[in-house]
Amino acid sequence: MIRRKLEENFFKVLMLLAIVIVAGSFFLIVGTIFYKGVPFMNWDIITKIPGGGFYIGKEGGVLNAIIGSLYIAGGATVLGLLISIPVAIYINMYLGSRNVIANSLRIAFDVLFGIPSIVYGAFGFLIMVYFGIKASLLGGIVAVTLLVIPILVRTLDEVIITVPKELRDASLALGATRWEMSKVVLRQIRPGIFTAILLSFGRAIGDVASVLFTAGFSDNIPTSLHQPAATLPLAIFFQLGSPVEEVQGRAYASALILTIVVLIITVLSSLLAKRFSKNKIQ
Amino acid sequence: MQFRLLKDKVLSKLMLLLTILSVSVVLVIGIGLYYKSIPVLANSSWWTLLTSSDWKPLKGLFGFFPFIMGTLWVTGIAIIIALPLCLLSSFYITEYAHPRVRKVLVPFVNLLSGIPPVIFGVWGVLFIIPLIQNHIAPHFVEFSTGYSVLAGGIVLAVMIFPLIVSIVCEVLNTIPKELKEASLSLGATKWETIKKVYLRKAKPGIIAATVLAISRAFGETIAVLMVCGNNAAVPHSVFDSGYPLPALIANNYGEMLSIPMYDSALMFAALLLFIIILLFNIISRVILARLERKLAA
Amino acid sequence: MTNNPHISVQHLNVSIGNHEILKDITINIPNKKVISIIGPSGCGKTTLLKSFNRLLDDTPDVKVTGKVLLDGENIYDPKAEVTHIRKKMGLLSQRPYPLPMSIYDNVAYGPRLHGNPKKVELDQLVETQLKATGLWNEVKDRLHAPATRLSIGQQQRLCLARGLAVEPEIILGDESTSALDPVSTSIIEDLFIHLKQKYTIVLVTHILRQARRVSDYIIFVYMGKIIEFGPTEELLLNPQKELTKEYVKGFIS
Repeated sequence: MIRRKLEENFFKVLMLLAIVIVAGSFFLIVGTIFYKGVPFMNWDIITKIPGGGFYIGKEGGVLNAIIGSLYIAGGATVLGLLISIPVAIYINMYLGSRNVIANSLRIAFDVLFGIPSIVYGAFGFLIMVYFGIKASLLGGIVAVTLLVIPILVRTLDEVIITVPKELRDASLALGATRWEMSKVVLRQIRPGIFTAILLSFGRAIGDVASVLFTAGFSDNIPTSLHQPAATLPLAIFFQLGSPVEEVQGRAYASALILTIVVLIITVLSSLLAKRFSKNKIQ
Repeated sequence: MQFRLLKDKVLSKLMLLLTILSVSVVLVIGIGLYYKSIPVLANSSWWTLLTSSDWKPLKGLFGFFPFIMGTLWVTGIAIIIALPLCLLSSFYITEYAHPRVRKVLVPFVNLLSGIPPVIFGVWGVLFIIPLIQNHIAPHFVEFSTGYSVLAGGIVLAVMIFPLIVSIVCEVLNTIPKELKEASLSLGATKWETIKKVYLRKAKPGIIAATVLAISRAFGETIAVLMVCGNNAAVPHSVFDSGYPLPALIANNYGEMLSIPMYDSALMFAALLLFIIILLFNIISRVILARLERKLAA
Repeated sequence: MTNNPHISVQHLNVSIGNHEILKDITINIPNKKVISIIGPSGCGKTTLLKSFNRLLDDTPDVKVTGKVLLDGENIYDPKAEVTHIRKKMGLLSQRPYPLPMSIYDNVAYGPRLHGNPKKVELDQLVETQLKATGLWNEVKDRLHAPATRLSIGQQQRLCLARGLAVEPEIILGDESTSALDPVSTSIIEDLFIHLKQKYTIVLVTHILRQARRVSDYIIFVYMGKIIEFGPTEELLLNPQKELTKEYVKGFIS
């Protein structure tokens, strides 16, 4: 009996330790980023583009990268929504929520979700070479769109499933076509669409490997789709590799900015998602 | 009336088309990458590419063995670290934690999943590298810069925490509480119940979560690239630097087009990643979908 | 063997959050008899049953006051050893829940927890308990097949054998036949009647006919209180309390 008790207590301690490490790693990461980033934070970083000699520690900020990231993440999310809303509607309204094909499609999108961004990046690069497009805002948006489509489809799908079947049947019974019913459902899930947008935007703004080949990098804010665009994660990556202390410092500050943006997005989306988790099947 | 029906029909075809197009991206990626790999495959066989350690792009020698080993080392270390921690955490969250504590814990795991890879990389450089260089490595080896497969493994482990914990918790929550009561009423302790009943019952789910985590670790690029040292040699200890496949692709895109066949070789690396990850993902997703269906029935 | 009751409940109160489930329950459970707990659904029957072996422990925000004496020892005493208490009672839930292992391992699960029995002893024990529940002839050729392959009725008997294998004094049944077909139900009922020679059996049921068929005593619970407790025939045919009369009326007419 004593041995069994000891074993139980031993593993209880281990479990506590594990949860402290797992949940605590979040604090460790955010803490490290804040600790290193805050001393280097200033207005210049978020309001200026790199000036001359920026990469040896002179004047400037990463506004180019912030704007570039917003363009790419925003563009990809909008483009992704235009594709995923019809797809999610089709899976649920036309195929039926529990249809075999619908379920296979869900698995397919889950699999697409698992494909790493470096593969999307490489593939995006192939397309661009094929069509003769240079690394540009457009290229970045296309590659990131591929990346976020699975996220958008699966999030929207899970939200649409929560719409009571009675509501759908009711509008069908009134003689609505499935498209008309879909419009009713879309109105019903508006907060869910917002969750999907946030999730997609959060993923898009933080990703490096997909824009590495496709968006290029530029110290200027792009003014057309065909110009190369910097992104915040890439800016962090490049600056961190610099031997100059000021430049490294700006990498920490940029990392802080990205972390804050992404945390806000994550918190918002999980608050929104809670409204739907009530009737979600665990 | 006619118009409404027509509109419905047209739109449904359009949606079907979009659905097919977006799903077939999988195929198109596979075909595209394979097509681009043909030149390098014409030059050397699959076997040579996978098992040779000669990496001399200028001479047209592309041996991926060191990179494959680099990937395996970091992924292996990540899983060895993450799996026990995540299983124990999941058991704690679902079985021991008071609901109020659970409500506090789960959001942090979710927040962790939202952090972008590059931030993990920065954290790795700022925190893990010095930790290894100054506090861990000196106990085992004479000198280490800290940039090592161990650093890559630790950073990756933290990155896959949320994935494993969320899937395993979900699977554990599906186990009927009566099963637990049956074991407890036979005089088992909670831990014995976990060890003998839950682990068995949740095995498919745990396997699926692990496979998914492996494939996530396989494809992770930037964070690993930042902390692994990127030295094209087969690592022999956890303190050696390594050069995982995704890092190879990401690091060399600049010169890709200036050396003959280099682009083809890198696309082959991407193809390799794609195939492995695709397989792993399909396996785990099918297991998970089956579990879900069993539950619904 | 003493004549003291195995289970003696004294002023037991159970609440979950702000919701009072059981109020001031006091009762002595007679030994080696079948006792049925009846009452409308939601009245607290199952909670009462689960309070006997502390299965309520894991319910969030549960509060238990009062005593449940098991062989004279208060099981809610902070020093009480919960696994030891639970070992003294076998539980048979509403639906059979075989553990995810073979038929043999299901029965051997409990004994293996509580000691390191030799293979021969274990074989003997498994055979004895499977015979006691009438399963032996049906499963002796496939002892190492997964328990889930058995029919529902067989699974429930396996669960009973699994509970008996830890040599309990008491068997707790929570509507144990509600998922079973009539034939399996009557097999289980016969087992209960047969097993009371060795065990005290407490059953929760909502079927009055079943209560009458198998039990010696009936406890009628209503809104978290024990309204009436007495020998089966007396309570059903000649209830003393108005509430009991109301409840069993349908049965008599």
